[in-house]
Amino acid sequence: MNLTLKIWRQAGPSDKGGIHTYQVQGISEDMSFLEMLDVLNEQLNEKGEEPVAFDSDCREGICGTCSLMINGEAHGPEVTTTCQLHMRSFSDGDTITIEPWRAEPFSVIKDLIVDRSAFDRIIQSGGFISANTGSAPEANSVPAPRDKAMRAFNVATCIGCGACVAACPNGSASLFLGAKITHLGELPQGQPERYSRVVDMVGQHDHEGFGGCTNIGECASACPKEIPLDVISQLNKDLRTALKNGY
Amino acid sequence: MAVSGLLFIAFVLAHMYGNLKAFGGEDSFNTYAEHLREIGEPMLPHEGALWIIRIGLIVALVVHVACAVILWRRAAAARPVQYAVKKNTGSSLSSRTMRWGGLTLLVFIVWHLLNFTIVKVNPSSGETGDPDHNPYALMVDSFDLWWMTVIYLIAMLALGMHLHHGTFSSLQTLGWTNTATSRARARAAGWVVAIVIAGGFALVPLSVLVGIIEK
Repeated sequence: MNLTLKIWRQAGPSDKGGIHTYQVQGISEDMSFLEMLDVLNEQLNEKGEEPVAFDSDCREGICGTCSLMINGEAHGPEVTTTCQLHMRSFSDGDTITIEPWRAEPFSVIKDLIVDRSAFDRIIQSGGFISANTGSAPEANSVPAPRDKAMRAFNVATCIGCGACVAACPNGSASLFLGAKITHLGELPQGQPERYSRVVDMVGQHDHEGFGGCTNIGECASACPKEIPLDVISQLNKDLRTALKNGY
Repeated sequence: MAVSGLLFIAFVLAHMYGNLKAFGGEDSFNTYAEHLREIGEPMLPHEGALWIIRIGLIVALVVHVACAVILWRRAAAARPVQYAVKKNTGSSLSSRTMRWGGLTLLVFIVWHLLNFTIVKVNPSSGETGDPDHNPYALMVDSFDLWWMTVIYLIAMLALGMHLHHGTFSSLQTLGWTNTATSRARARAAGWVVAIVIAGGFALVPLSVLVGIIEK
């Protein structure tokens, strides 16, 4: 298939940037979206132009490195990551607009690559369980109720890709925050730091410059891991309990 | 935001109920209006309870607007560069129009208070102050004008949309939608609150316009 690509090009963080139009021919529907961009970059290399910079790592949908706003949808039209999106989701002759995640805390490094270290700093502020190192404890020594364990596991699938922020009209990272709070807060090991964690992580989230949540729900529909909106309710509930208890 | 919003929901629900007294006729409506001023007497002074409610509503409005301004400014700061193409795939129209809808309601509330409470403008005669102390007559005179009814119906559409998302959003903000079931119930509550309140309010001006309610 032949496609017209409108891609955001930006030479560096201080460059103004703009949308450039490219044509690619002979794209197979079995190619992944990133392989299609690889084809474009081969063409650009042959012409001596600067290839389009984009993030990718595992290319199997589990690492959270790839991003891309594709035709106005985070990770494109399917519920998956950009690396697992295939060209069969598009038709011959389509025009595809590709932009980086847009959020003040996700500054553009180059072209389609954004700096997501704000998420790392949020995790560093409390998204962990403090434990003494040593040999792994016996798994059954700390029983976890099945429903809580399942909920924790389901939201622990968050790969921190930032699609929730990219899709949110408020530029809020509440779905990411809620996933971490729910994941750690549902398990027995997460209890000692449960309420200081939520206060610290929300504080860091706001400090990074993410927007406030108004429960619109674009995040949950953009999430490649289908994290549900109720983790934001859990986040709010834990924050309310924490503030009530003087954290 | 959520708490002040829930206060407003309680208020508009009671207000809508009071408006339906118009179907009971002139005496029923005017007695109700007079009784609002006498609630709590003699323990409270005349209009005492009414002023407590009014002050509560003003405080709630200040809190609600202040929260909205903060959220709006944070959202604008969090996305300084807009997308060239942006699709909405998982959100309701009402959730995306809360801010402009809220502004519409604010403008409407100013007119509504001028119309029926502060200046009591009778748009059909141009009279002010309701010299006959007859809120029922003022109401019927107002809604006999088609364009007044249209203004109120547009406001009720804005109110219904605001309540549709606002009800769900307040429950979610308070942390009461932690499961798929409770989330679905909160969404349903949004629909019920929006339709009952906006629909209940809209019945009165529509009934005046078509002549079911008359002087």
